[in-house]
Amino acid sequence: MENISVSIKDLSLRFGRIEVLNSMNLEIKQGEFLVLLGPSGCGKSTLLNCIAGLLDVSDGQIFIEGKNVTWEEPKDRGIGMVFQSYALYPQMSVEKNLSFGLRVAGMKKPEIEERVKRAAEILQIEPLLNRKPVELSGGQRQRVAIGRALVRDVDVFLFDEPLSNLDAKLRSELRVEIKLLHQKLSNTMIYVTHDQIEALTLADRVAVMKGGVIQQLDDPTTIYEKPVNLFVAGFMGSPSMNFLHGEVIEKQGNQSVSFKGIEIPIRSYPSINGIKTGTKVILGARPEYIKIDEKEEGTVGPFEAVVEVYEPMGADSIVWILLGGKEISVRVAAGKRYTPEEKISVYFKIPSVSIFDAATEQRL
Amino acid sequence: MSEEKPESSGNEPRGPKPRKISPARIGVYAFLIISAIFFTLPLWVMLMTSLKTMPEIRMGYLFNWPQEISFDAWVKAWDTACTGRDCNGLKPGFWNSVKITVPSTILSIVIAAINGYALSFWRFKGSNFFFGLLLFGAFVPYQVVIYPLIIAFREIGIFATLPGIIILHSIFGMPILTLLFRNFFGSLPMDLFKAARIDGAGFWQIFFWIMLPMSVPISIVAVILQVTGIWNDFLFGSVFAGRANMPMTVQLNNIVTTTTGIREYNVNMAATILSAAVPLVVYFVSGKWFVRGIAAGAVKG
Amino acid sequence: MAQRRKKKLGNLQAIIGSIPMISVAVGVYVICIIYSITLSFTSSRLFPKFNFVGLKQYERLWGSPRWQISVENIWLFGFLLIAFTLIVGYLLAVFMDQRIKQEGLFRTIFLYPFAMSLVVTGLVWQWVLDPNLGVQSAMANWGFEWFKFAPLVNPETAIYGVIIAGVWQGTGVTMAILLAGIRGIDEDIWKASKVDGIPAWRTYFSIVLPMMKGAVATAFVLQCVSVVRVYDLIVAITNGGPGIATQMPAVFVIEHISIRQNAGVGMAAATLMLLPIIILLGGRGIIQWRAAKIEKEYEKKMLQASAEVS
Repeated sequence: MENISVSIKDLSLRFGRIEVLNSMNLEIKQGEFLVLLGPSGCGKSTLLNCIAGLLDVSDGQIFIEGKNVTWEEPKDRGIGMVFQSYALYPQMSVEKNLSFGLRVAGMKKPEIEERVKRAAEILQIEPLLNRKPVELSGGQRQRVAIGRALVRDVDVFLFDEPLSNLDAKLRSELRVEIKLLHQKLSNTMIYVTHDQIEALTLADRVAVMKGGVIQQLDDPTTIYEKPVNLFVAGFMGSPSMNFLHGEVIEKQGNQSVSFKGIEIPIRSYPSINGIKTGTKVILGARPEYIKIDEKEEGTVGPFEAVVEVYEPMGADSIVWILLGGKEISVRVAAGKRYTPEEKISVYFKIPSVSIFDAATEQRL
Repeated sequence: MSEEKPESSGNEPRGPKPRKISPARIGVYAFLIISAIFFTLPLWVMLMTSLKTMPEIRMGYLFNWPQEISFDAWVKAWDTACTGRDCNGLKPGFWNSVKITVPSTILSIVIAAINGYALSFWRFKGSNFFFGLLLFGAFVPYQVVIYPLIIAFREIGIFATLPGIIILHSIFGMPILTLLFRNFFGSLPMDLFKAARIDGAGFWQIFFWIMLPMSVPISIVAVILQVTGIWNDFLFGSVFAGRANMPMTVQLNNIVTTTTGIREYNVNMAATILSAAVPLVVYFVSGKWFVRGIAAGAVKG
Repeated sequence: MAQRRKKKLGNLQAIIGSIPMISVAVGVYVICIIYSITLSFTSSRLFPKFNFVGLKQYERLWGSPRWQISVENIWLFGFLLIAFTLIVGYLLAVFMDQRIKQEGLFRTIFLYPFAMSLVVTGLVWQWVLDPNLGVQSAMANWGFEWFKFAPLVNPETAIYGVIIAGVWQGTGVTMAILLAGIRGIDEDIWKASKVDGIPAWRTYFSIVLPMMKGAVATAFVLQCVSVVRVYDLIVAITNGGPGIATQMPAVFVIEHISIRQNAGVGMAAATLMLLPIIILLGGRGIIQWRAAKIEKEYEKKMLQASAEVS
């Protein structure tokens, strides 16, 4: 228990009748990088603002470093925050931006200088200290925004979609920078984003949220490979997982999913508690777990399909095929080419697919 | 709702932070309420005075509720109050103001809409130069141009006539309204205009079929701005309208400053309220649009 | 080719549509101004005459106590009115920003004087400040005999009475413009300052106020223009009196081209009224030009900086 950094107990938040967060429980370990991921309106930013103390909660408690901070002011919570727009004070130099909070708090001058110097060193922004925010590039602004949290010597860093205002190239650069910083500082970091790539690359654990409820909290690999429900499965991955609606049937003791006359054997599927024959299910297969014309260990098939569209993406390609009248995406190596109308046979890598109950949408 | 006490389990903070009424908050409300009293007092005084009788007014209780409410002053202000020799009350002034305000508002908005449209989509050589001149005009004190305009209007023969004052209001409404419409049309996507061009529409067709229907909200702002502005005008009305077309504000001032006989403060205040009624109604009905009009009218650099 | 001709045709239509604008821009704001300035060097009386007398009208103007008092008054009136409306307007805007109950009601109350004519404003305040039956007598009747407040009848204080009326009329607008400026500030700035532990009042003055230069400038220019134009208010509240104590340049000009039938002096005064506006606009122009220059330098520096760091 002692190495828990942030702990959230039965947290609820309502705006009038609208329930934004619904008795949420979450524990974040010291030094952990936790990403809150979800579509807009899922409550992820709200949760972050509650942790920061920028929103008053309706019910529940928040602990940071073992201290109950539910009623504390943001400045007394031991958190630093980096915003989407960075929110640097435009008329102040970088140095003033970093030191303003400390000066207001009445800290001694040498101590302030010491802290600013150290933060500037860590972030390599010493040459920028006398510049104004308008004179900085996007990446530099982000470093200053992080620096503002750094000088406050806090335990927990909160990031509110810090990269979503930037173009794709800068975004991937800064992503790496944040990861390096986390490795260097080993503070607890809570990071809100709607970008699954950011989540997968940065996080120790990802919390996928929807409707104010955490759907799944796991390491990135598990989230991607073994989504607990249809929502998480569909939200992660691009192009998204293929969903085949069918029914489990049994022939000679072997179960398969029957989908528009096609029977896909699921004997090698690692189900949690077994699947009842006759259940309506959704078989979810990521594009990379469907193979074209190549039988591998653990694959089932062949199934007849027709190529519809071929999309080269550079590193690999996506082939859109029709299987039993349903459009399905398949990821293939870059070298392979397919032409529309081409007849092909596909194989499913059953150990890597997910099967969901069609009624509860939960993983089976 | 927010004052609700949290259900605390033990001494641990839980749920919403209990809100205390802080001295700062009391201070905020105190300042606002005192300011609000300062701002409402004149309206209150106006109303109370207009409902009192002259003997009661002479007792000097300016802020008190009338002992006996009387609408005689209102009737007199509207119907029989004297300005110099004429004793027709404010009534003719009211109708003069209507006759001036309605055409001036329509004319000035139509011209400004065309200007703004041309400036946004059909820039011709020098169009921005003329617009710059016009904007400069928004700042020029009227006194600088008023004398030459009197001379010019006299030469043309529209000085002290209804058309003259209408044209004058259209001229002085042009800078702000043109800016208003130019900013509005400038915020519309250029692609919309290009698409219409490709469909073969010309200057007037695009204006009437595409731009005009889209500019209803901004036109409402413009109407509010012009109706209140022209109704409240005093300078142009007193100089350019002539005796026959004297607007309400000028007549009001004449009634109040007429020195013959005893000053009837209740009639004066009733007349003042009557003169302020139209813009006040526009203000209370339009609410947020009025604020938007001010923001748009306050020339932004 | 046909396309080109069509575009030309459209441009012709645009020019036709812009004739009112062009004629007003040139006719009123160039020709009329030049005409007025020219007349200020002539001995025109009621009608324009072109017999030039050099700077004689300006000499007469500055020799006239009526004009001297007008100029003194407009500086005092302008300075106090602008300072008051901006300071009180900002305070009101800040207080209105505190998640006030009934914000709409307060806004309506602060702003309604602006909807009314300055004539109405003038007459109401003349009545409220009436020495015999106004606020002074009401307070005396309530037992506050020491309360003496009737500035309009005393030449020494009359201008302050006018200023009170001006503040009453103009503060609400300033508040509305500044409040819109405050509301336009990025929400994240507020959050950041809260996380930094900066007290709200400090945020309003050290961070928010410098960020809303645009709104402040707008309010400032609006008030400046209304100060230079102030005419109706004076006519209604004191008609320039007592004596000539509350004369203003705008009143001076109108009186000279009408009752006093001395257009030469009137136009000299009008020309001088144009000066502050030109200085104001010129100053703004220079500031903008310099801002553009500084921005260019920033860009240069920024490029250098990014090269240095990465």
